[in-house]
Formats: sequence, C-alpha cells, structure tokens
Amino acid sequence: MSSTALVINGFAILGLIVSFAKNREKSVRALKVAGKSFLKILPMVLIIVVLVGLLLGFVPPEGIEEFFGDQSGILGVLIIGGAGAILHIPSLIAFPLAGSLLESGASVTSAAAFITTLTMIGTVYLPVEVKILGKKFALLRNGLSFLVALAISLLMGLIL
Amino acid sequence: MSSADELNEPREKDKAEGKKEMIRDWIILGVLAIGATVLLSFFPSKIESSISTGTEYLTEMARILPAVMVLMGLFKVWISREMVVKYLGKASGLKGIFIAALLGATPTGPLYVAFPLAAAMIDKGARILNIVVFLSAWACIKIPQEMIEIQFLGLDFMAARLILTVFFVSLMGLTMEKIIDKTEPLGSG
Repeated sequence: MSSTALVINGFAILGLIVSFAKNREKSVRALKVAGKSFLKILPMVLIIVVLVGLLLGFVPPEGIEEFFGDQSGILGVLIIGGAGAILHIPSLIAFPLAGSLLESGASVTSAAAFITTLTMIGTVYLPVEVKILGKKFALLRNGLSFLVALAISLLMGLIL
Repeated sequence: MSSADELNEPREKDKAEGKKEMIRDWIILGVLAIGATVLLSFFPSKIESSISTGTEYLTEMARILPAVMVLMGLFKVWISREMVVKYLGKASGLKGIFIAALLGATPTGPLYVAFPLAAAMIDKGARILNIVVFLSAWACIKIPQEMIEIQFLGLDFMAARLILTVFFVSLMGLTMEKIIDKTEPLGSG
C-alpha cells in the first residue's frame, strides 16, 4: 500500500475516532452520508476504470504523446483545456484519468489544464450561477477562470 | 425567501436528481461494458493489457475511496453552511483569503450548492475577492479531492497546483472586484 493511501486512511480513522468521542449521533450520520456518496460514485468509478483500461490498452503512448506531449505545443493544451471546460466529470474521477494520461506521455501542462478547467469552470452550472450571482459575475468568473487555468498549467509545466 | 431557506439545499429535488443520475451512470456502465467486450473480442491481443491497467486502477481507487468518502461525510456533518457564512462574512485581508480558501475546501457538494452561500455572503457585506476565492476553492481544491490528486498525480503536482491556484484566483478576485460595482444588484436569486 502506498504511503498516500496509508495517510488518507489514517486521517479517516482518526477523524472517526474524534467524531465518535464527541457526538455519536452525528458520527453515524457522517457514515451514512459516506456510504450513500460511495454508492453514488461507484458506477462512475467503474466507467473510468473501463475507459482507462481501454485507452491505455488501445492507444499507444506515442499517440497520446503526439497530441498532449511536450512537443504538442499550445494547441494540445487548448484542446484539452477546452474539453475540460465543457465536460462534466466528477473531479474525484478526473484525477485518475489525468494520471493515466500523464503516465502515457502527456505533458504536465496538459494534465494540469484538464483538471483545472474541469473543476473550475462549470458550463453545466452556468445558468444557475447567472441566476443567483448575476450575469456579469458568472461570465467574468468562468471566462477569467479559463485564462487562469491556462496560466496555472503553463507554469506547472515550467516548474515540474 | 428567508436566508435560512436559501442556505438549505432543496433536498427532495436533489434526491430525485441524484437517483436519476445514478441510474443513468449504471446504464452508461452497462453499455460501455458490452461495448468493451465486443471491442476486445475483435482485438484479443489487447485483452491482457486493457484488463491489467483496469485492475490496477480499480485497486488504487479501492484503497483510498472509502476513506475519502468517510472524510467527506465527516466534513458534511461537522461543518454547517451557517458556519461558513458566519466566518467568511467577517474575514478580511490576507487572512480573509486564507479563510475563504479553507472554508471553500472543506464542505462537500456540487458547485451549485455554493452559489446561494456566496450570494448570502455578498448580502452580508463580504468582499467579492473572498467570494471568488471561496467559489474557486469549493470548485477545485477540495481536501478529499486533493488526497486523490496526491495518490494519482503525486505530491509535487498537487502542491504546485494548489499554490498557483490560490495565487491566481486571488488575482482574479481582485480584478473582478475592480470591474463589478457592488452597489448594483447581482442576480435575481
């Protein structure tokens, strides 16, 4: 088991112990919430497992590298960032997907662009955001987020 | 609408919506599984590599997902929406940015749950800067998610993205604060 997994599981167990010590009823509710969210996300997890399996089984690393590797330039980043902005994938699942792209030769910039646009920009939620926070706020936030996401991913490519 | 109503989720609607989404996901999975089986039967040479990568991902997820779900459950129960609004309304300066990021990173739920909270906080006089940081943190630096990010992309990747995100999002908040006049009403909600 990796150290990350150990740390996360340690946190969860510690949190549960503290929580149960403070309030039993709330803790049981937390576990129920956890169970429900687990069931809810399970099919999505399995979908990604099948997709990642097929992706890495069929597309040779050279193919991924050509599109999203270091040499692909800004176009590859724009494509993957645009895809991230439009797609609606839970971020819990986007990380394994980005990890598999990275492993198969995609650049850090592409992986970061995908995750950042995916999480920060909610095209699906845009109508709700406009209604509650106003058109100006919503459009500015989503538009600027795309630019910010590009800046973050380009810098990450330089740092890592 | 009273502010207490705004802070609570439309539960019944959420439940129905969630159930529909789950059924849709299972159907997609079924179709995908059939598609994958057909595809692999045409390319038997790919079966082994596809299944071994799939299994590898499944075990990695199985090791962390239950713990992540437990943490999300604990956050949901212990950090109430009222608490978020209360603390964010008061915060200012660098400390305000930090608190906004922290408050955005702990509660769970989709981004649209955060919009009414943000509107309530603007009503209470919170800075646009803090609201933008809060919404962005809610969207992309959730603590349980960060743990999955470390697992699949590494600590360096996660730390670099976290720091750059907080920095750029603060810049974005400052810019938006200059553009948006707070005396104008924001939305209809």
